[in-house]
Amino acid sequence: MSTAPLLEVRNLSVTFPSEAGPVAAVRGLSYHVMPGEVLGIVGESGSGKSVSSLAIMGLLPARARVTGSVRFRGSELLGRSDKDLSTIRGRGISMIFQDPLSALTPVFTVGDQIAEAVQIHQKVSKQKALIRAVELLDLVGIPNPDQRAGAFPHEFSGGMRQRAMIAMAIANDPDLIIADEPTTALDVTIQAQILETLRKAQETTGAAIIMITHDLGVIAGAANRVTVMYAGKPVETGEVDDVFYRPRMPYTLGLLGSIPRLDSAEHLPLTPIEGTPPSLIHLPPGCPFTPRCPMRIDKCDQLEPDLLPMQTSGPGHQAACHRSSEIEEGNLHSTDIFPAPVIGPPAAAEIPREQRDVVLEIRDLVKHFPLVKGAIMHRRVGTVFAVDGISFEIREAETLGLVGESGCGKTTTIMEILNLTKPASGSIGVLGKSTVNMPHAERFAIRRELSVVFQDPMASLDPRMPISDILDEPLRTHGVPESERTHRIEELLQIVGLRPEHASRYPQEFSGGQRQRIGIARALALQPKLIVLDEPVSALDVSIRAGVINLLEKLKADMGLSYLFVAHDLSVVRHIADRVAVMYLGRIVEIGSVNAVFKLPAHPYTQALLSAIPLPDPKKERARRRIILQGDLPSPADPPSGCRFRTRCQKFAGELDDRERQRCIDEQPLLREPPGTGGDHMAACHYAEGFAVLEDVKAVTS
Amino acid sequence: MAANPSRIRLAAHRFLRRRLAVLGLFLVLLFFVFAYLGPSFYKWSYDKLDFQSFLTGPSAEHWFGTTQNGFDMYALTMRGMQKSLIIGLIGAVISTAIAAAAGAAAGYFSGWTDRTIIALIDLLLVLPGFLIIAILSPLFEGHTWLFFVLLLAAFQWMITARVVRSMTLSMKEREFVHAARFMGVPDWKIILRHILPNMSSFLIIDATINVSSLILSEVGLSFFGFGVQPPDISLGTLINDHWQSASTPNGYQFYFPAVLLVLLVLSVNLVGDGLRDALDPNAGTGEER
Repeated sequence: MSTAPLLEVRNLSVTFPSEAGPVAAVRGLSYHVMPGEVLGIVGESGSGKSVSSLAIMGLLPARARVTGSVRFRGSELLGRSDKDLSTIRGRGISMIFQDPLSALTPVFTVGDQIAEAVQIHQKVSKQKALIRAVELLDLVGIPNPDQRAGAFPHEFSGGMRQRAMIAMAIANDPDLIIADEPTTALDVTIQAQILETLRKAQETTGAAIIMITHDLGVIAGAANRVTVMYAGKPVETGEVDDVFYRPRMPYTLGLLGSIPRLDSAEHLPLTPIEGTPPSLIHLPPGCPFTPRCPMRIDKCDQLEPDLLPMQTSGPGHQAACHRSSEIEEGNLHSTDIFPAPVIGPPAAAEIPREQRDVVLEIRDLVKHFPLVKGAIMHRRVGTVFAVDGISFEIREAETLGLVGESGCGKTTTIMEILNLTKPASGSIGVLGKSTVNMPHAERFAIRRELSVVFQDPMASLDPRMPISDILDEPLRTHGVPESERTHRIEELLQIVGLRPEHASRYPQEFSGGQRQRIGIARALALQPKLIVLDEPVSALDVSIRAGVINLLEKLKADMGLSYLFVAHDLSVVRHIADRVAVMYLGRIVEIGSVNAVFKLPAHPYTQALLSAIPLPDPKKERARRRIILQGDLPSPADPPSGCRFRTRCQKFAGELDDRERQRCIDEQPLLREPPGTGGDHMAACHYAEGFAVLEDVKAVTS
Repeated sequence: MAANPSRIRLAAHRFLRRRLAVLGLFLVLLFFVFAYLGPSFYKWSYDKLDFQSFLTGPSAEHWFGTTQNGFDMYALTMRGMQKSLIIGLIGAVISTAIAAAAGAAAGYFSGWTDRTIIALIDLLLVLPGFLIIAILSPLFEGHTWLFFVLLLAAFQWMITARVVRSMTLSMKEREFVHAARFMGVPDWKIILRHILPNMSSFLIIDATINVSSLILSEVGLSFFGFGVQPPDISLGTLINDHWQSASTPNGYQFYFPAVLLVLLVLSVNLVGDGLRDALDPNAGTGEER
């Protein structure tokens, strides 16, 4: 490895003009990338991580003002003409974008697009370029690359498109690949596939990678060095172990403390970072993190700290905080700095589960959607088996986590529950009342007891209504007298941690986390028994998430609420749920208490799911052995016979003999207690067997 | 429901930045002031005859000249403009209201409601509206001109309703609409409280553009004698009365109402364009990027 850095960024600043004033998106970013190394850049939305990489590539719009210096292999990139840069883009530096659908041209085949990338930089015939494209598709793990090269982007799944993007990025053997949130839009099992592909691509090309992401787990496993960005500036940088185990800037500490851990059985409190990132217009002097920092002193408001080397950690570890030496001396943890609320279990949870009331009972729920063709004559050409016979129950003061990847039917399930209509087959019982033949008045009354919080805090509040009207709507609808309503709205705002004077403002004046709190306040308005939470934190930034999770936990403890918590993020579910149900292609494959399922998952899919989730712990992450699932989710319109998971099952592919496999093909496995586990735990696999995925390590640790 | 003040301020700011739109708005207001207040500060009334001057050109006494019978052309034109403006405005409001109600109902309820409304829209679109109003015109002879406005609006709403329907289809899947439904809010309240207010920008723009097209329809029909009936006067009847003078030395009788009509429609359209840019930033023609 040569000692000259491959890419050297010095004092990079990017400013955009706007109607309200100049937006300082990046303010003095410096870093370097050595050949073959992986640099992780972490930050929340608006921290300037993506803008800085676009500036390096010269892809920013002309109105952006870029200053500083970007030297690639010793030569300056800033200020070069677009034509000049084109010789470097793709060949020297290539880029992988977050959204693979919009990064590929819909009207050309994938093979042609990769071949085009090859031909731009290499003088080869079209024939040769196409052959190279097929090789590349093979390298990134696309099955039948000969045929798939002739397919159009829309015929690819999200994961396959991202693989095609990687193939295109490595087509010309670049020295540096910039991956901008390469897995954010993908499911976890697909994310694991893509990260594996990226690692393989790096091995074959020897390229350095700048990995931009908000997911600390992805960074922990993939990066050598990390730079943490906040409000357009790096606030901490260093070797991955230094940053993860010896963070010295309160923001990094808070970030690490705010993510729920998949690998900890004990219920550690999360440390939320109060407030929201500052606006990048007219930033006040001083450290931009000051308003949110529990360690702020007067100096923080006056002087913005520079990145300074730390004494006790490895070389290159720098943090920008006036008080980092104190953090270093005391080796402070996030819980030492940030106030972490200790939330006890709800009072009702002391009663044994069997004696508590059943709040929601789902029995053999089925929802099929017809696939129709033709505009006038609707011809039924197939059926989407969105939900195909699922059963579960939620008892008082209990949280059931319903997890699964996109397309598994979890959204359909909650929509069926919330519609409160008679299902096509099976039954839904809310508070002991079945929705089959439910009279209209009773259904209306039940709606008081059952409310919902949606995923997207932008879309779930009517932008044309002030907060007071939004919170008033459920009260008005259910005939709460006018005199009580104003008081109740103030009370609700206080419960969720907002101020009563916020009532007259509009949703767009709030940040994502605050909006989600408003959504929760609306759900609480009528004092329901059960709240359906549809991915309530997945659209929020990491530092905001912890606050909302803590709020949900507190509400549950204070009011004895029951939650149906739908999520794809298993670490959040482990943190907040009491029981968990794992769905795959319209069926529940494993259900049980959180501790049992996460400790000894028995279904191969649950095992793969847990194995795919990156942990924000570099040492564990490096030592872990991964189960990588093959392929994509099959279409729910044409599910495999017998066990629906068998087409991707690692057990089916690896451990079983032909006779055993035949059983998976012929016979649908039913939920039953897996051998060797006790209590509240069931899995739908003929060959279920508990396996401690999270403790599974590679034989030889590096 | 109070509208968001900052939103209105932003839209006003964007609107005022467009010079042509401001000019259009200024002209429309000017036409209104002249049509309604102008006659009271003018010596002649539309129904008074000046027996001293027949067919005299524009002068200080008669600004737009006089007709063959001695009517004052300026007073007539202002009277006609009053009618045209009011027909355009009422008609546009009615037609947009029908479109909003029908489109939102079709999109929200789907099923047979949707199919019925779509069928009605398709039917009205293939019917020749001009001809039907012309055939029906004897029926409302002697009745108030409001019938005529209703008929005009009845053939105007279909395209808008289709757009409203498709906007409703996507709005229906928004989470705040789901939230209201799962709260137990009745359907018609959801439409009035959540769906229509969220497309108010579109409806306002549409109503403005409808004003000019309704004025043109009215003028077209009145020109052929099927629209506004005497003794009422509109720009259409005036043009009908005097178009033959266009090529004569007395052409002013035709040109004053005709040019004013063109200016009126043009300014209403300019306001419509400006509103579109101000209220709907995604429309694109407005700002440079």
